[in-house]
Amino acid sequence: MNISLSVNGERTQIDVEPRRTLADALREDCGLTGTHLGCEHGVCGACTVLVDGEPARACLMFAVQADGSSVTTVEGLEGTDGELHPLQEAFVAHHGLQCGFCTPGMLISALHLLDTEPDADRDKIREELSGNICRCTGYQGIVDAVQAAQGALAEPVTTPEASDE
Amino acid sequence: MKCAPFDYVRAGSVEEVVKVLGEADGDGKILAGGQSLVPVLALRMARPSVLVDVNRIPGLARIRPVDGAVEVGALTRHSRLVEQTHHPLLAEAARWIGHTAIRSRGTTGGSIAHADPSAELPVVAAGVDATVTIAGPSGERTVAAEELFLGALLTSLDDGDMIVRVRFPLPTRWGFAEFARRHGDFALVTAVVAEIAGSLRITLGGVAAVPQRARAAEQIVADGGSAKDAARATADEIDPTADLHGSAPFRRAIAGEMVRRALAQVGIE
Repeated sequence: MNISLSVNGERTQIDVEPRRTLADALREDCGLTGTHLGCEHGVCGACTVLVDGEPARACLMFAVQADGSSVTTVEGLEGTDGELHPLQEAFVAHHGLQCGFCTPGMLISALHLLDTEPDADRDKIREELSGNICRCTGYQGIVDAVQAAQGALAEPVTTPEASDE
Repeated sequence: MKCAPFDYVRAGSVEEVVKVLGEADGDGKILAGGQSLVPVLALRMARPSVLVDVNRIPGLARIRPVDGAVEVGALTRHSRLVEQTHHPLLAEAARWIGHTAIRSRGTTGGSIAHADPSAELPVVAAGVDATVTIAGPSGERTVAAEELFLGALLTSLDDGDMIVRVRFPLPTRWGFAEFARRHGDFALVTAVVAEIAGSLRITLGGVAAVPQRARAAEQIVADGGSAKDAARATADEIDPTADLHGSAPFRRAIAGEMVRRALAQVGIE
């Protein structure tokens, strides 16, 4: 089936078998290997992406179901000139990852949480990220990173004029 | 961990779903939120020849208050149930379903049709005496939720049937308590207390193959007994099976405690 979807703002046309999951389509047909596949049956959360702004397990959706949708993957987080998103910076700074396998899903889940609940407390962050399994970190660093990113995202953006003064 | 091949039909109407399922002659499956079906396909525990995608059928995701109840379209996502304010018990129960990425896809009709003994919505449906409207080859019919659930993952739905909406009566008082080992896991025990048409119903999930009324506990409460006595009666009247996640005595104890907590929410101590 021919489908058309917007991936990280770029219109993409691909031809997929109906049984192709969205995760496999992103990785194999779009060449975006940032979305990781852990369990492939909806338990681990590694393949979490945003579909029309809402988080979804990309292994539990067929690509044909995303026809006409807008999908955001971890590759969509970086800025136009390649700089890391504040969440990614915070994961680096606060040991939010070790092997990095779960990180794309963690980042997308955290991104959605901070979009919908910018003031989420530590308990809420833990609750939200409970759908993403990490076998390295013990989660402390991940929760620390999301809290740090909250602070970074809440800071007012300084304009060049202001910083000159 | 990849699905076997299947033919894919993107249905535009309920009539089309019923028609395609009929043509598939028992070898077709409805694809709604996919949160239960797709894992089953990925593990190749099922290999239907046709999947009928109902996600684009218009008008199936409405939440509508009707006198004394709230009608929920089959395609309503759990995340919308959490947000709605017409039926507070339903909102509270939906909050306990899986994780955000599950709730944003999973649907009311799908959860009821899947009939997982540990899932939240079947317990609420049985607990408030909900009625389920089903479209089939001979038109629409409505059945009580309690008649729909026959066993674990087993319902009275026929191969060519599709749930189109569920009518959840509004309880005058309600309580909801759930215990799971980790947040977002399927419940070990769910307790729903709901006052419907003047009588207090206590319904449990996770302790049997289908949602189970705790009738002895209901009687104790109706006779003015304490929540503690109702909890004890609950533990006695259920017959939970042991598994990896908990022994039978543990489940009895937890069920009693969940009933006590849910009763506390309606002011019964």
